[in-house]
Amino acid sequence: MGALLSLSTALILVLIAFAGVKEANLHFLFGAIIPYIAIITFIIGVIYRILKWASSPVPFRIPTTCGQQKSLPWIKHSKIENPSGTLGVIVRMALEVLLFRSLFRNLKTELREGKVVYGSEKWLWLAGLAFHWSFLIILLRHFRLFVDPVPASLHLLESFDGFLQIGMPRLFITGIILLASVSYLLFRRFYIPQVRYISLANDYFPLFLILGIGITGVLMRYFIKVDVVNTKHLIMGIFTLKPEIPEGVGGIFYIHIFLVSVLFAYFPFSKLVHMAGVFMSPTRNLSNNSRMKRHINPWNYPVKAHTYEDYENEFREKMKKAGLPVEKE
Amino acid sequence: MSNKVPTPDELSKIDYKPPKRKWMDTPVEFKPGTWCYGSRPKYLEAVGMPNPRDWKPSDEDWKLPENWKEIFLEGMEERLRKYRSFRLFMDICVRCGACADKCHFFIGSGDPKNMPVLRAELLRSVYRKYFTTSGKLLGKVAGARELTVDVLKEIWYYMYQCSECRRCSVFCPYGIDTAEITLIGRELLNLLGLNTDWIAGPVANCYRTGNHLGIEPHTFKNSLEFFLSDIEDITGIKIEPSFNRKGAEILFVTPSGDTFADPGTYTCMGYLMLFHELGLDYTWSTYASEGGNFGFFTSNEMAKRLHYKIFAEAKRLGVKWILGGECGHMWRLLNQYLDTWHGPADFLEEPVSPITGTKFENTKSSRLVHIAEFTADLIKHGKLNLDPSRNDHLKVTFHDSCNTSRGMGIFEEPRYIIKNVCNHFYEMPEDTIREKTFCCGSGSGLNAGENMELRMRGGFPRANAVRFVKEKHGVNMLANICAIDRAALPPLMDYWVTDVRVTGVHELVGNALVMKGEKERTVDLRNEPLTSKESKEE
Repeated sequence: MGALLSLSTALILVLIAFAGVKEANLHFLFGAIIPYIAIITFIIGVIYRILKWASSPVPFRIPTTCGQQKSLPWIKHSKIENPSGTLGVIVRMALEVLLFRSLFRNLKTELREGKVVYGSEKWLWLAGLAFHWSFLIILLRHFRLFVDPVPASLHLLESFDGFLQIGMPRLFITGIILLASVSYLLFRRFYIPQVRYISLANDYFPLFLILGIGITGVLMRYFIKVDVVNTKHLIMGIFTLKPEIPEGVGGIFYIHIFLVSVLFAYFPFSKLVHMAGVFMSPTRNLSNNSRMKRHINPWNYPVKAHTYEDYENEFREKMKKAGLPVEKE
Repeated sequence: MSNKVPTPDELSKIDYKPPKRKWMDTPVEFKPGTWCYGSRPKYLEAVGMPNPRDWKPSDEDWKLPENWKEIFLEGMEERLRKYRSFRLFMDICVRCGACADKCHFFIGSGDPKNMPVLRAELLRSVYRKYFTTSGKLLGKVAGARELTVDVLKEIWYYMYQCSECRRCSVFCPYGIDTAEITLIGRELLNLLGLNTDWIAGPVANCYRTGNHLGIEPHTFKNSLEFFLSDIEDITGIKIEPSFNRKGAEILFVTPSGDTFADPGTYTCMGYLMLFHELGLDYTWSTYASEGGNFGFFTSNEMAKRLHYKIFAEAKRLGVKWILGGECGHMWRLLNQYLDTWHGPADFLEEPVSPITGTKFENTKSSRLVHIAEFTADLIKHGKLNLDPSRNDHLKVTFHDSCNTSRGMGIFEEPRYIIKNVCNHFYEMPEDTIREKTFCCGSGSGLNAGENMELRMRGGFPRANAVRFVKEKHGVNMLANICAIDRAALPPLMDYWVTDVRVTGVHELVGNALVMKGEKERTVDLRNEPLTSKESKEE
């Protein structure tokens, strides 16, 4: 049900954009107003989320240690998997964010003739990594539409991305990787029974949305060509706060930008905030040094405890009989 | 035991395929043998916990306070404000499913609500309903649901089917830690008086007598003296430890299980022998007679109340530093919580081994040394005369305990000790040890009798790995550094593996330790004959 609902929502969004531009002629709404709302929602929403998380303190130092602690000098310390200082944490976080270190550990657990066996399972890691990296590169590539003149670094990125030198316009490999990896991530939500069981509409919706964005993007570049000069004109208008709607920008562009707008506006209200949240995860971004350096809990408060005095008062006679020393005779 | 546990054959038929019906529409079913009895009122009263009354989890009416929903939700709001972990982990899960088959309870039961992600969703769905806009507006579509009595019961059932081992958090791409979620979940349930008897009892005992088992000071002393006579029989050496002694250099704290029940008692004998042989200036305390802390499985405040005694006693006795025995969750707390709760430990000194002069730099603030760190350092400096052949009748493997692995990272120290006191050591498969170690199935206060089926299910992956090394190498002894392991693994081994016994690392040390003036040893600490020299040469 969640999947169907998400798919139909995504399709309705496509129709809204199409009808809005083709039938109702709401070019300015879809080409300027909605993108502005989306960008503002995204920025304010994400900042709000981060501040909200940051407003809750980290009372205890609770890293999940995944390697040998720092202890005796002759025991090899696992500096990254069990960091004892800031440098180790930075490397650990970099590996986590850039290479999905924890997901790389993934195993498949199976039962064979009453025995549990563990196999390597790297597909989720691979698809996840491929998806996130290609998304990032595609996003960066789009900066050629936001800035003029296009900086050299972007040309370099494009030449890497288009290294296959196929076709005209040149085929960008990241587009293919994005569509393939999102399709896989969607496929496994249907195919793996446990994953299907836990999946919510919120899990399918962004996948359909990104798939729609990718498909309209590919269509625009290779098949239903849009006027690149005018499109850039429109987008530059948005970013220079002088929005205008030039002629000859195809309907497909409006669908594309509408889906992107929805994704940005949806972002802060959804699980997609994991992008920001991962940096704040206390099981990953803390060093395991709470015996070396005292960690302070800002809301630490005194508690009612059973003191030695209470204890001795209750057991004094028994203690004396047993020859245990006491404070008061 | 009131519930008949199915046979291993029956139990190992596990279906991982989730049912057709959606989880939110599937009401919780309290299966016999999978849950613990509700706490008796006297235990809650003893420590001033709310809503003491007689109740059974299987009852229709849980005798909740009238405004229970308000209490629960307000408690949730308070904890969202106090714990970044909780707020973040409620928000950022993407339900990728990487954690699903990492939980020993899921592997052993196939119950989809034992997948860490779904265990957390039980609470997350309530969070969404009352604390997020989308959940308030969209309800079920956004994965949100009302908090009803049935939902509360479901949360209770599954919060007490998590042993807070943190294995899932190793694999989660965002480090979401189910232990944080179930610790806080249990804390919320405790606001309504919904603890288990097996946790509430030890908590009440511990508060009054200093230890979970409720051992009073004179009895504590007596049980140690009982071991001393055993040691004298085996080694010919008379040991006289001190209790509650002011001015000792070191305070030794260990879980009370080691002073009470086999096979932990043999580990305790190992400590006594080692300290005697070193001539260590140390003392036991009958007041700080428990390193473990079932308060941790109740609420953060209760945990803090119970662990007050450790620094307080060290201060009263005027020791220089604290040495901690082999225990799992005790060491997660000593490593990650104690100094934050009750520090700074500025009345102590930075710990230095009086035997080797080694400074324990890694604990220069909290001044708490793990006994495996202490002993490994002794062996490295050649301060112990060891005869590992006295453990030749044992083929040993090592079980990393959850808390010391994923909440500390003490992997090499115990292995170094074992390799120096035993000749036959074999590792279990890589995916089942160190940071990927599997729980005994009974951690976090689940080691009761009435939930034996759950414990056998939860311990299935661990037992399976032991069976593997038993078949491959003839392993017959499972070593560990945790008192709950020593209590929980023997029945697990009897159930799934057979003929593998359980030991603490310092029992092995006690066997191998050649003491000054000892008589020739013919038996080990369990009074079982050593492999004779002749039969070894054959």
